[in-house]
Amino acid sequence: MANKFTSYNKEVMKRFLHPKNSGEIKNPDAVGKIRNDYCGDLMEIYLKIDDKDKKNPRIKDVKFQTMGCAAAIASSDVLCELARGKTLEQAKKIDNKLIIKRLKGLPSIKLHCSVLGERTLRDAIEKYEKKNSEG
Amino acid sequence: MKQIYLDNAATTKVDDKVLKSMLPYFTKRYGNASSQHLIGQEAKRALEESRHIIAKSIGAKDDEIIFTSGGTESNNLALKGLFFSHPEKNHIITSKIEHDSILNTCKWLETQGAKITYLDVDEKGFVNIKELEKAISSDTLIVSIIHGNNEIGVIQDIEEIGKICKERGVYFHTDACQSFTKVLINVKKQNLDLVTLNSHKIHGPKGVGALYVRKGIEITPLAHGGGHEKGLRSGTENIPGIVGFARAVKIANWKDVKKIKKIRDRLIKGILKISNTKLNGAEGEDRLCNNINICFNNIEGEAIGGYLDANGICSSTGSACSSNTLKTSHVLKAIGLSDIQTNTSIRLSLSRFNTNEEIDYVLKILNKIVRKLRRISPIK
Repeated sequence: MANKFTSYNKEVMKRFLHPKNSGEIKNPDAVGKIRNDYCGDLMEIYLKIDDKDKKNPRIKDVKFQTMGCAAAIASSDVLCELARGKTLEQAKKIDNKLIIKRLKGLPSIKLHCSVLGERTLRDAIEKYEKKNSEG
Repeated sequence: MKQIYLDNAATTKVDDKVLKSMLPYFTKRYGNASSQHLIGQEAKRALEESRHIIAKSIGAKDDEIIFTSGGTESNNLALKGLFFSHPEKNHIITSKIEHDSILNTCKWLETQGAKITYLDVDEKGFVNIKELEKAISSDTLIVSIIHGNNEIGVIQDIEEIGKICKERGVYFHTDACQSFTKVLINVKKQNLDLVTLNSHKIHGPKGVGALYVRKGIEITPLAHGGGHEKGLRSGTENIPGIVGFARAVKIANWKDVKKIKKIRDRLIKGILKISNTKLNGAEGEDRLCNNINICFNNIEGEAIGGYLDANGICSSTGSACSSNTLKTSHVLKAIGLSDIQTNTSIRLSLSRFNTNEEIDYVLKILNKIVRKLRRISPIK
């Protein structure tokens, strides 16, 4: 039994209480889905891809659904913001450090929530690329 | 923002009357109860009057009450104290839903040669009395079972356990931190040998508690020194704290217990109207009057707590996300909940200061929060 809310900064709390990027995308081009082994949190990322430029497909829209704590929800929200408009090559470079930076920090015990974000986005991109390479 | 405090199992607000009773002992009657002069003797009188109030409240004699710094110390003193003064027996029976101050004391005692049996509980949280009886052997020294559980509020049948322990000649200790003044405790009727009591869960100050030790039972002290508390707990007595503790006991009454129970049942009923929710632990009279523990499937307890906090409502969760070790609640696990279910749990614990108006507000907010978090959750 514990209460941790005060250990989050304002940015994390804002994103947690008022996420802008939550929800589903109908007919997504890719879905990333990872369950965190540490705590059981589940994150899903939906991607809509613009592939007019075949060599350089771009993330047109991205949304998340997360069953998780404040840090997981805030990480998801930031992740969507970071990924939107990026080419897949650019998006692959989004890592948990970038998520933490945009959140202006996470409590050390919550760093794994940002890793969950990184992994879920990569999972979505990998699935998209696999699907498209299979043609 | 007005705060609605529903975390009374963690700690409680000090009652204004309690605080008032304590204040003179900081600045006027501040003596050391061991001193022979007037100010010292005033402190001594306050100490003994307080001891009497607490002893009487559980049907004990005055000299069977040892003041400590709180529940954790009392639990440590009970188990370690018995263990080290009875080298002829090394077996301790306890349950899987004890407070950490029992479980971690037991774990440490294992390094000192103790053998510990951790009894399972059923899906409501009850210890199986027959299993308990079966676990008792000729090596068994102590049975230590929590009276009212701090997470799920289940109340064990300590009278039945006391009876068995008496018949089998083993000591019975119960941790009554959560149940004290909420459920009847009578050391004679219930055959209790050692009882842990504490002040800050009953609107008394923090840093003070007591251990009842039946007359004639030998225990080894944890702290050696000037021989206070019959040599079982050396250290100058915390007179203001002890006075406040006794006043808190005096104020507590069964009418308030009834009132809290009514509010509890109203809140439980309201929460269970939200879809996909489940009450953890026992119901009705088998549950502490102030405890509510609910799973809100498919959303995470820490997130619910965060939204509640943002709305001025203080709660607690058994979720791994909220613990320093990322471990889920051992109590919820023991009643058969999966890790995922445990992560969706919230504990709301009431006090006599909560009102029906507060409960209406909490229900309104909870409905909104659950709807929002379920929209965010991928599991439908």
